[in-house]
Amino acid sequence: MTVLLRTEGVRKAYGGVHALDTCTVEVDEGSVAGLIGPNGSGKTTLFNVITGYAKADAGHVYLADRNITNVSPDKVFALGIGRTFQLTRIFASLTVLENMLVASRHGGATARKRAMEQLEFVGIAGHHAELAGTLSYGQRKLLELAYVLVADPAVVLLDEPAGGVNLSLVNHIADRIRELNAAGKTFLIVEHNMEFVMGLCDQVTVLDSGTVVASGPPGIIRTDRRVLNAYLGEDLDPAEDE
Amino acid sequence: MTGTVSRRRAAAGLALVLLAVVAIVFPVVFSSPVVTNYAVYALIFVAVVTAWNMFSGFSGYISLGQAVFFGSGAYAVGIAAKAWHINGVGVFALLPLAAAVGAVIAVPFGLIALRVRRHTFIVVTIAVFFIFQLMAFNLNSFTGGTIGMSAPFLPWTPTAFNDRFYYITLACAVVAVVIAVLVRRSRAGLQLRAIRDDEDRARGLGVRTMRVKLAVFVLSATITGLVGGVWFLYLTQVLPQSGFDPLFDLSLVLMAFLGGLGTISGPIIGALIIEPGQLYLTIRYTNGYVSEILLGALFLLIVLFVPRGIVPTAGEWLRRVRTRGRPAVPPVPTAPDPDPARSGLSGGTR
Repeated sequence: MTVLLRTEGVRKAYGGVHALDTCTVEVDEGSVAGLIGPNGSGKTTLFNVITGYAKADAGHVYLADRNITNVSPDKVFALGIGRTFQLTRIFASLTVLENMLVASRHGGATARKRAMEQLEFVGIAGHHAELAGTLSYGQRKLLELAYVLVADPAVVLLDEPAGGVNLSLVNHIADRIRELNAAGKTFLIVEHNMEFVMGLCDQVTVLDSGTVVASGPPGIIRTDRRVLNAYLGEDLDPAEDE
Repeated sequence: MTGTVSRRRAAAGLALVLLAVVAIVFPVVFSSPVVTNYAVYALIFVAVVTAWNMFSGFSGYISLGQAVFFGSGAYAVGIAAKAWHINGVGVFALLPLAAAVGAVIAVPFGLIALRVRRHTFIVVTIAVFFIFQLMAFNLNSFTGGTIGMSAPFLPWTPTAFNDRFYYITLACAVVAVVIAVLVRRSRAGLQLRAIRDDEDRARGLGVRTMRVKLAVFVLSATITGLVGGVWFLYLTQVLPQSGFDPLFDLSLVLMAFLGGLGTISGPIIGALIIEPGQLYLTIRYTNGYVSEILLGALFLLIVLFVPRGIVPTAGEWLRRVRTRGRPAVPPVPTAPDPDPARSGLSGGTR
């Protein structure tokens, strides 16, 4: 399989705190990759570095073979990487449809049609004329997903798509991701909901203190001792491990 | 639904026609130069506040440096008329120059100021404003220093003078409003409003924020420079403290906040209320500070009681009346998944 998105030895420090330390992650084209780790492990920082919101101190980010290290967010988006945020960031004073058109690469009737199709797809087309600020939290999550998709990015980075939404909506979001993935879209997902990640991802990478501690299929990651250590914060008894 | 939209459009069209008729016959009905003087000033401010709102209202970048373009437009006409010995109505041919000067100044101004946001942006615009005011005071050979500049004589009777300036300023106001509507409906207008909500997010969705901000900033300055030229010809004089007046910018902000920042009609309503009121108080009470004290008090009242301005508050009130009894946020139609194994909660691999 071709690697579509790759970070290579990325380092990022905030003052004396190393948020990322020689972090290398690969995402295969057409896959759904998961990025997990305890709070403060550097997942969102890695998203910020990939999408140009934060500058890497060292290392590189590649989209296919193109070096996109420290490229500005607007250019990263134009090159084909869309992302959502942990806490939804929508344009509250614009209507839902206008939110979609901000992300659209072109204006006019075609852009509106495509925007409405994406809203239909996520299930909030009925709200297109309402101010985005009046939407519920779950609906905002769907809107954010929809407007990232409207420009048809090659890779979609989702930061906690299932965070803070009800179970029915979690299923709804998971189904949308599956459908898009079946159509060839590549995803990298940060999520704390393990069932969501394990049920959805082909490959899972585990970060701890800004470093990759494990990477592999969900079945293996689920039982990996280093992953359990990272989450539980202590070494397991080797005898118990056997 | 379509019927309601059509009825609303028809009503809006009718209101616009009525407004146009009232605006056109106004100096015929109210022929007193005192009244037309009020109207000319009100229209000057309608044009300028619309231009200001086109950038500051849509983007949320509150500029206190719009007088830079206004004063520069005025001085440009004065300096050019003097240098090229232009007299009479031929001086109106210099108005495009006033607009161009506004635009040319806006480019470096914008490139510096638009790199920063919020209160830092406001401080930068104030600093640039004072640089221009000080230049007007001190570049004597160029600007006339404290004596200022006089406009060429226009051979019109006092009544004809006011009436003609009424229609000129009306044309400026209409052009400014039409441009503002076009900007708001354009892609750049949408992107500016997105920038107002969350600039970083807008960048992350491919918006070239600096380019969009600068383009509309320059457009706003162009209109303001042009109107500054018209104002100079009407007043027949410009001084450093009148061309580059700090109260001018505060008045613009007050007008926009009173009517509704970022709306099209709000700043117009604000200008039509505040400018004639301010003029009346200045004429009624010879002590000019009374109008300024009342202006400050009005600003406090707006911030306290209608912080979003007349138009958005009235719109919200109407919406509340119309949607009374409906749920605030209708639920997302998500059908329960009949097959839990397919869902993201199944825990199984794909």
